[in-house]
This record gives sequence, structure tokens and C-alpha cells, in this order.
Amino acid sequence: MDRFDLLIVGVGGQGVILASDIIGKAAVLEGRPVRSAETHGMAQRGGAVENHVRIGCKYGSLIPAGGADCLLSMEPLEALRFARYLSPKGIAIINTEKIVPVTVSLGKVQYPEVDIIIDTMKGLCSGVKAENYTALAKKAGAVQALNVAMIGAVSKYLPVRADTLKEAIARSVPPKTVAVNLRAFDLGREA
Amino acid sequence: MLGNEAIARGLLESGIDVAVGYPGTPSSEVLASLAPHARGRFHIEWSVNEKVALEVAIGASWAGARSVCTMKHVGLNVAADPFMTLSHAGVNGGLILISADDPSCHSSQNEQDSRVYAKFAKVPCFDPQSPQEAKDMVAYAYAFSEKHQIPVLLRPTTRIAHAKSDVEVHEVLPRPKKIEFKKDVERYVVLPKHTRVLLKKLNAKQEAMRGELASSPWNRLDLRDNARLGIVASGVASAYVEEALETLGVPVSYLKIGAYPIDPSLIKRLADSVERILVVEELTPFVEEQVRMYADDVMGKMTGDVPHEGEFDPLLVANMIRRAAGRPLLENREVRLDFELPARPPVMCAGCPHRATFYAMKSVFKDESIFASDIGCYTLGTQLGAVDTCLCMGASITIASGLSFSGLKNKIACTIGDSTFLHTGIPGLINAVYNKADITVVILDNRTTGMTGHQPHPATGETILGEPSTEISLEAVVKACGVQSMQAIDPYDLESSKAAFRKAYNSEGVKVIISRQPCVITSKRMGIRRQQYEVIEDLCEGCKRCIKYGCPAMEVRGGKAFINDSCAGCGVCMKLCQFGAIKARGA
Repeated sequence: MDRFDLLIVGVGGQGVILASDIIGKAAVLEGRPVRSAETHGMAQRGGAVENHVRIGCKYGSLIPAGGADCLLSMEPLEALRFARYLSPKGIAIINTEKIVPVTVSLGKVQYPEVDIIIDTMKGLCSGVKAENYTALAKKAGAVQALNVAMIGAVSKYLPVRADTLKEAIARSVPPKTVAVNLRAFDLGREA
Repeated sequence: MLGNEAIARGLLESGIDVAVGYPGTPSSEVLASLAPHARGRFHIEWSVNEKVALEVAIGASWAGARSVCTMKHVGLNVAADPFMTLSHAGVNGGLILISADDPSCHSSQNEQDSRVYAKFAKVPCFDPQSPQEAKDMVAYAYAFSEKHQIPVLLRPTTRIAHAKSDVEVHEVLPRPKKIEFKKDVERYVVLPKHTRVLLKKLNAKQEAMRGELASSPWNRLDLRDNARLGIVASGVASAYVEEALETLGVPVSYLKIGAYPIDPSLIKRLADSVERILVVEELTPFVEEQVRMYADDVMGKMTGDVPHEGEFDPLLVANMIRRAAGRPLLENREVRLDFELPARPPVMCAGCPHRATFYAMKSVFKDESIFASDIGCYTLGTQLGAVDTCLCMGASITIASGLSFSGLKNKIACTIGDSTFLHTGIPGLINAVYNKADITVVILDNRTTGMTGHQPHPATGETILGEPSTEISLEAVVKACGVQSMQAIDPYDLESSKAAFRKAYNSEGVKVIISRQPCVITSKRMGIRRQQYEVIEDLCEGCKRCIKYGCPAMEVRGGKAFINDSCAGCGVCMKLCQFGAIKARGA
């Protein structure tokens, strides 16, 4: 595949930027042009965040609505929020572990059932893969490795080799956590 | 490479001598990426505000040094005073002012267009299409600045500054330089008599600059045979145009603008070869106004074919072009849900000391008081009903003063961060004391510049390089401003905080409360680990008093409060609970 548009979404603080960095670095290691757009500043403080990653792209960093080959969502609700970017032919990979927004805690609105979210997503694209990747990251040794566990999950679809992704992970995470992260990658890929 | 890192790389390759700025999204990472390379090679600083930063850069430039000054678009308002006159006096060593624009206000109070400032000051402006172009423009801009003895503006937008891409780099080579200040009163002292001459010189430079930029790689005219439609696009919008043209299937002539002032010959040649022109640019109709001088049938913001507000995206731009070319539009993908999607607004972090300060303030001042505030994380205090106004950096104390002078009977309290207080808060405090305002000023001292990524400032006692420096005492500054009533509080100590607010509430004049507790993110990074808290389910009555506090670590599960893993251990919720249901974990 020449081009691959990936949208990574989640909640500020979940490691969305690092995840897109790792995938971008892997693309560069394989000599592919890559563009990405990330969320900073006020929008990041525990709010919904979206990162666009475009492999094999020489234009702007934003993915057109309906154009993403894959939506990687680190939180179930956020998959729905950004579903308009996903191509009907695309796939969604969703972490099932909720992070309840303050609007829900304050009783202003209800959090939809995760099953309903997943069923809705199934109607919007060609395939949904839903797992508790947070639990897999914990199993690997650190809840912070959620983002890398999810890179493992998406690695089957990316036009980048798994070895290259692992090299990019080793170069990007704190040295002490490389082993945990590589384990999280494998667990995510196998799940 | 992040766009801002690419710019920093361009600066390194150009051999800069002085790098200054004030943090502001989306500009902050330029200086942050330069800092690790600075030691022993060039001077770098976070300045207290943008005006100060630019003036430092100007001094360096006048001594022959290459300098850069970074800020966000609204920062240029603060620096506008020196900027407007600098174009007259000109530069010696190259000077690049980076002003990062933010279409759609991702993290800003407005979406003003820095290109207009460049035109206002008669200064050239570079408007990159990609991180690569942003990097490559830096070297060109320094040479251009030195050749024409003029400052130049580099204007990345959010989708350049915070875009990442593969970037081709060049070597960092040592640059021969001559640092000296040659006295030239007629140039460097802008007395009216001198300025009149300088203005003539500035105007005389314009034509040469236009001509040179017309043949630069940043402005590109691509005329196609049989094209009836012409497109003019600038900045990141030109990347969306190029993507859309790939699948349009109709010949289109195309003028890409990456540097201003635009030479009219480029626009004329396009206008002569096509029937209609579409202008695609974010923010103001800046290019469009100029195109309209040379073409009759122009589609753009002024005809309603291009939106005036917000950020563009590839689909929006593709459909602008398709409409202009008479092609069928691409469908926007809509997702309809039969339930409401919960909003996830940005919030203050779990354990954020600002939340505790706001809580204590509100419990004393109540809803009927008026709360002026400022730019920073604490602007999110709107969610707690503790922020009624926010205009621009430093306008907290001054707006509060104006409210107090208006004759209002309400009590007035205002909040301002430590970095913002040093930025432009101090003159406001002096003014409030001198002119006898009746307000409570709360300095939210979290020991950092939180919102933009934790940059140090003079009251942290640390430079951008992490070197220890003289720590400015906020208490001493407040005292020196003439404030008679000053109290320092620990916001996590709810009772004594409330007592301080009560004292301020019940006395007249300018009262200052310094609320001090480090930002939870920096304290975590420093390795400070506090005991997390938990709810004893049997004791919880489900009153939601703790939930209303608004901490993202507090949830409702099965009608009872629950504290999740994001708990930072501030312990304020424990003090709020009337039933003693919240305890330190494992206690």
C-alpha cells in the first residue's frame, strides 16, 4: 500500500502524541514520507485529542473527513466523536477502558454503554477490533504502555514492518521502560 | 520533525547568536528545541513578555548579531510598539520575528492574522506551506533580512508549527561574524527629524523586496494550457489545494504565495490567462484584496465562497475548488447518533492547586462577586464559575480595577498566574494601588508557565537552560508596588485559605493573596508522590459535594463517590466531605 491515513484519538495525557511519533519515526526509518498533525495547549488538558498520521503523503497533515484507513481510539467514547474521519472501508481499533468525562460525573449527560458504542462503530466501517488494551498494558507491566499496546494492535494494518515499529519504540520511550513497552507491543499485536 | 523543531533546525543552520521569546501555543517549541544546543554557542532566554523579547533581539541585531524572537499571534500585539518602529530603523544582523497564527483558536483568545501586521509595518512576511518549507525559509529570510536591512516575519500557522513531517536537513556550519555596534544616531534614535528620513528609506525598499520575492522559490506560478480557472493559495491552505488538484480532472492554473509583499506581475499574468480566480487563504482576505486589484471575476471570502472564520481542511478546500470548477462536490461524512455524545472539555488536572484556590475564593466571595481573570490554565476556572472575564495577557488586575471604578457595589476578586503577573500584570497592580482600586488580587503561583508546557520564568529562579538564576520574590514585587495587605496561602489548606479570603473580603483597598503550590504535572515530574485518596463506600451518603468540586479523579459509581487512579493526592476532597468518607488509601 502506498498511502495510509491513520487517525489516533484519545484523552489528553494518554500518550496520543507519543504513539503518532513512534509510527511517524518508523515510517521515516523505512524512508517513507510522513505527515502528522497533533493537539497541544489548552485542547490537551484532559480534553479530547486527535492526531493525524499520514504515511506516504506529500501534502498537508490533516486527513479529509471520510478518508482515514484506520481509526485508533484509546478511549471508547472518543471513537464515536471522531468517527466522521473514518472511511467506510476503514477499520477501527478501540480500547474498551472508559475515562469518564467531567460532564458525565456532574450528571449533565450519560456515558453510552460501551457495547452500544462498538455496535454503532460497526455500522460505520468495515471492521471493528475492540479490546481492553489498558488491561494488556498493565499485564505488560505499566498502564502507561497503553499507547504502545495499541500500536501493536494497529501494526497488523500499517504499511510499516513490525521490526521497524519496535525499533522506533525503543528509540522513543524512556530507556528503563523499553522492555515493558516491547512486551505491551507484542500483547497488543497478538490480542 | 515537528514544524517548530524544523524552524529551530533552520535557525541553528543559519548560525544564530541570540534567541528570545515568550511561550505561547503554537510557538513555544521553537525555543525549547533550540535550548539544548545553546550552551556556549548563543544566548537564549525566556523573556518576561513579547515586547521585552523583541527589544532584546533588536539590541542584538543592531550589534550585528543574528537574532530570533518567537511568540504567538496575540504576543505580537504586545510587541507591536517596538515592531512598528523597528521597520523604520531597520536591522543590522538578520532578525526574524516568528509569530505563530492559530486559525480556529485551538488554544487562543482570537484568530488574528499576522500577515496584516507585516503589511502594517511594511515588513516582508514568509508564510510556509509545510515544516520543510518553514525550515528552508529561515536561511533565506536571514540573508534577505541582512541584504535589505529589514526585520522579517515568519508566520507559521498551527498546522505548520504542530505538524510533523520528514524534513531534509543541512549541516550546521560555523558562520563568520562581526559583532560591533557602530553609532549612528540618525538611524538608531528615532527623533521625528530622523524618522521622516527613515520612512522614505523604508518605502524605497518595498519595490526591490517585491521583485526579489517574485522570483524566490516561495512564490510559484504554474500556468496550464486551456485552464479557465485560476487558484491563488497561501500557507498551509496551498497544501490542501495541491492535494485537491490531484483528483480534480480539470486543468487549473495555480499561483502559490509563500512570501509577501506579492509582486503584482504574478497576479496579472494569472489574471490574463484565466476567466475566473479562486483565492484560498485562512484568516483574513489578505491576498484576495490584492488579487481583486488586477482581476474581475474573483471568488473568495468577499463573495462568501470561502469561509471567513476557522481553519481549513482538505475536504473543505477540495469542495471550494470543485464548486468553482463546476464539478460535483465531495460528500462530507456525517455520523448521526440517537443519543447525546458527552462533551469532554479540557479541565484543570486532578489535584490542580488552582481548583482549590478557586473553591476557597468562591466559598467566601459567593456568586454575587465578580471574578476577573487572565490567560493561562486557570482560565478553565470558568467551569467553576470563578472566571467572569478574560481578555488578554495581563488584563486581570486592570479589568478588575475598571470594574471597581465603575461604581459597582459587588466585591471584586481577580486571578492571575505567576508567569502572567510578571508578563504584564505588574503595571496593572501599580496602577490599581496608585488609583485606589478596591479589589482582591489572587496571584496563582504554581511555580511555572503551566499552559504552554512548563517553561520557567523569573520567579522560578531558573533559566531556560535549567541553570539557577536570581529568584524574583513575588512578595517583594507586590510590596514594592505599594500593596499594604498581602497574604501567602497554601491552597491545599482549605481552612486557612478561606480565612485569608475572608480577611481580604472584609477590608478595603488592594489586597493581594499569593496562592502557592507547584503545578501537579511538574511536581509529578520532580518525583513528588503524594498518598492517593479513596472513598469508604459505607460512609459515603452520595451527596456529591465532592463531585461538584469538579476534580477529574472523582466519579460517581453506583450512586456513591469513587476516586480513580488519576488522583494526585491533594487531599482537598477529604476536607470537603462532611461524612468523613474520604481517607488516604491504606490509612
